[in-house]
Amino acid sequence: MTAFLAAIDYAHWGVSALLLIPLAGALLIWAAPEGAAKKIALGVALLEFAVSVGLWWAYDPAGPPIQVGGSLPWIPAWGIEYRIGVDGISLFMVLLTTFLMPLAVLGSWSGITKREKGYYALMMVLTTGMIGVFVAMDLFLFYVFWEVMLIPMYFIIGVWGGKGRLYASIKFFIYTFLGSLLMLVAILVLYFNAGRAAGGDYSFAYEHILRYAALPMSAQFWLFGAFFLAFAIKVPMVPFHTWLPDAHVEAPTAGSVILAGILLKMGTYGFLRFALPFFPSVATNPTVSAVVITLAVVGIVYGALVAMVQPDFKKLIAYSSVSHLGFVVLGIWALTIQSTQGALMVMINHGISTGALFFLVGMIYERRHSRLIADFGGIARVMPAYAAVLTLVSLSSIGLPGTNGFVGEFLVLLGTFRTHPIAAGIATTGVIFAAAYLLWAIQRIIYYALDKKENRSLTDLVPREWGVLVPLVVVILWLGLFPAPVLRRMEPSARHFIESVQGRPAPAVAAVSPQPAVRAALRTLAVADSASSGAVARAGTPQP
Amino acid sequence: MTLDLARGWDLVRALLPETVLTLWAMALLLDAAWHHRQADAQRRAGILALIGIALAAAAVLALWLANAQATGAPGSVAVDSFRWAVDLIVLLGAALGVLFAIGYLEREGILIPEYHVMVLFAAVGMMLMAGGSDLFVVFLGLELMSISVYVLSGIDRRSRVGGEAALKYFLLGAFASGFFLYGIALLYGATGSTKIPVIAAQLAPLGLAGHPMLLGGMALLFIGFGFKIAAVPFHMWMPDVYDGAPTPVTAYMAVAVKAAAFAALVRVLLQAFGTIHPDWEQVIWWLAAVTMVVGNLIALAQRCLKRMLAYSSIAHAGYLLTALVSGSVAGAAAFLFYLLFYTLMTVGAFAILALKGRGGERDVRIDDLAGLSQTHPWLAFAMAICMLSLLGFPGTAGFIGKWYILTSATGGGYPILAAVLAVASVVSAGYYLPVVMAMYMKAPAHDQVHAAVRVPRLAAVTLAVMVAALLVFGLWPNLVLDAARNGSHAFIPRGVISIAAPVPASH
Repeated sequence: MTAFLAAIDYAHWGVSALLLIPLAGALLIWAAPEGAAKKIALGVALLEFAVSVGLWWAYDPAGPPIQVGGSLPWIPAWGIEYRIGVDGISLFMVLLTTFLMPLAVLGSWSGITKREKGYYALMMVLTTGMIGVFVAMDLFLFYVFWEVMLIPMYFIIGVWGGKGRLYASIKFFIYTFLGSLLMLVAILVLYFNAGRAAGGDYSFAYEHILRYAALPMSAQFWLFGAFFLAFAIKVPMVPFHTWLPDAHVEAPTAGSVILAGILLKMGTYGFLRFALPFFPSVATNPTVSAVVITLAVVGIVYGALVAMVQPDFKKLIAYSSVSHLGFVVLGIWALTIQSTQGALMVMINHGISTGALFFLVGMIYERRHSRLIADFGGIARVMPAYAAVLTLVSLSSIGLPGTNGFVGEFLVLLGTFRTHPIAAGIATTGVIFAAAYLLWAIQRIIYYALDKKENRSLTDLVPREWGVLVPLVVVILWLGLFPAPVLRRMEPSARHFIESVQGRPAPAVAAVSPQPAVRAALRTLAVADSASSGAVARAGTPQP
Repeated sequence: MTLDLARGWDLVRALLPETVLTLWAMALLLDAAWHHRQADAQRRAGILALIGIALAAAAVLALWLANAQATGAPGSVAVDSFRWAVDLIVLLGAALGVLFAIGYLEREGILIPEYHVMVLFAAVGMMLMAGGSDLFVVFLGLELMSISVYVLSGIDRRSRVGGEAALKYFLLGAFASGFFLYGIALLYGATGSTKIPVIAAQLAPLGLAGHPMLLGGMALLFIGFGFKIAAVPFHMWMPDVYDGAPTPVTAYMAVAVKAAAFAALVRVLLQAFGTIHPDWEQVIWWLAAVTMVVGNLIALAQRCLKRMLAYSSIAHAGYLLTALVSGSVAGAAAFLFYLLFYTLMTVGAFAILALKGRGGERDVRIDDLAGLSQTHPWLAFAMAICMLSLLGFPGTAGFIGKWYILTSATGGGYPILAAVLAVASVVSAGYYLPVVMAMYMKAPAHDQVHAAVRVPRLAAVTLAVMVAALLVFGLWPNLVLDAARNGSHAFIPRGVISIAAPVPASH
């Protein structure tokens, strides 16, 4: 496969193709008749996925940090380039995006009945925007993608959403916009700082700024704050999470899936890519670190507790996202290789499991036009297959060994325990609460007596719905039983991340390699890591 | 090409665009007088005015491409790229004002061919303001422009609010002119000249400390400019005037009048007061910050589309002021860049409003656009692009413009002002997005609500070109970027007259 990819020169056009295919698809949908929109969208999304799969082999874990990309001049007067690439972090985010998009199209098949052309065209534009955020290696380009993907989401919520869609869509937009504009100012300050330090070589390239930016500590705090705000709103971390329940609940099913599955990851991706590597001394500052970890733990527990009391199943899942993403932030800030890998795994798992849960909610909503848990009960009798899938997906979301959810959260807790044992201890309760709210919810939905008349005539999963769910279930089991290939590809990037944060304590030092001792320690850790992750994989087989 | 302004013919060549436009406007006035009774006189005058504007623009371009420079003693007009750049923007504004007015005046039954003549005379005044290197020339241009626009805002004699707007504008404008003139007098008293380069040379050793006359002159001048650009707290006249005037006139005021006043301000700040930048940066800083914040907050409370756009143009004056705070060449380039696209997006928004409304458009509320995307998808799309561009959203030229302004502010060492701009922009999302929301996400009150909206072909083509420009230059701004940088090179310090110029945003 690697040889084949090299033969077709995949590394040069692969990522650009991923950005262009959906745009071309959007134009095609716009030009085609209304009835063909969803078929074209599905075809384009599948093609996109097929092209993206090549990244799995094209990315070489032993190679340089950023691969499979390139650059073209764009606005040379400002040192802005079209510069793209992937590493072991963005690789999986891109794959997650391209994996979820065909399912999202399929999941909207019967739910979206008005203005289909606009809907699917926006979905395609959204795909470009999301992939762009993950592959942009130029800060200007990153910012453009970061904002551009707001508009399609704004329309998807606002036009095709539920009752409170207008309020939810504008709230979503303004929250994100506030954070990102302040980040824009911070990017500019970094740009000038790095340009001056580089002797007048002004550029927005990621490596350039990473290498040359050297600001006084006080300025770093403010800039970090701007980046942090932008990403924390997106994650969302408590207390910036209030847009999330509105947006998730009001969005159409596929919108919720994309929001939870991909958009939220942009926040944590931003931490990994920008906020921490740019300002390592702020991120490792004890006060800052304590505050962030506290917020993460509060998010884990608070999200879970609020989820528990939701009468609306969709809102319950929305709040569970706050809890899961708390694990990600915790794993990132714990700054060990295990916790970082764990955070990355949770990012993927949450995309899969929560995405699947939103699909499942959408399916019963289409049948019953209700999402209230109290309106159901005992539907396992009329929808046995649905009940089985829901149970499996819920267990994966809880983090049962043998499913994907276990690997990520276990690694986060394991890694965090080394540096922040108390936080890890409190966060563990989040796993227990997760079991409580999800099991209780599915108990009320699929078990008990089938006492509502409307529920007696519900039909079980149709083939199209199987088409949505089977790939998700396969990935849930694959990542749960055999995560080693994924972890192996993540490991160098996770280590690179830790090095770039911990190996550069002083602001004045540019382009640092860690001390030999540190490097040796890291190497042993890494060995221990791959051993332990293998152990996890083996131990992860279902057990009573 | 070098021009010695002391020689007669060279002076004429330096003033070629203004001369062409003035003669054309006079001829057009005669023509209009002859054809006054004919039904299509207004349309004929409009098309002739467009030809005149095109001729003047050609003259400007010829001078710019010939790289005209002035030699010898400082004259009363500047011959530099900044002037040409602003001239082109002003002429663009005038052309758009005429283009959208032709159909509008026909529809509203305002069959007055002199409308277009007044637009041309106002444009001559604006070009003099942009090119004046002597404060008196600037003042002459200001008066020529203002008087023409007073007439324009009251051109619909049947409209009471139009008359009120004209009178209000006239009274407050005259008041502002008084401030401006007195400021010039005090500056003359302090420096012995009204020529901008001479003032700059006099100020360099003098400084402000211990010269109350100088300080007073500057303050009065700033107040005069503040009125004309409608910066907070000198903006009180502006919403009523914008609201009362016919919409094409409002658009013309919002872009070209503001552009000319700003251009003169830029020249005064960067050339006359360039050497004493530390003395005025605080003034402009606060003026910019307050204008942005107040303009956006009041716009947020508007339900009427026309007033909302009026207040939003106050906010944009604040953004433009932000470009000037650093007093740098990069700031001037950012100013030019933003001004061009501000012109396009603002005229676009007003033009669409004019298509939707009747009888002055004062009663069109934002919610009245509900469902426009279903009956007029392209019109709604154009409006959405204008709104997103005004908001400064990536993918549109408005974003590149705002980015440029933010660059000049952070690069000049004003990150806090940049942050204020960022937050103010977030506030502006609160009133631009509801327009988009109404068009796309709300159902119309009934099926026939937009049945009366007809888009004349001329307006449709113009709008399409404007929207395309907003999108294309939003992605590939290089061409305009280079032009703007070239335009700002007029302020690169040469010879004895030096200007403090913090780092330009370039390699």
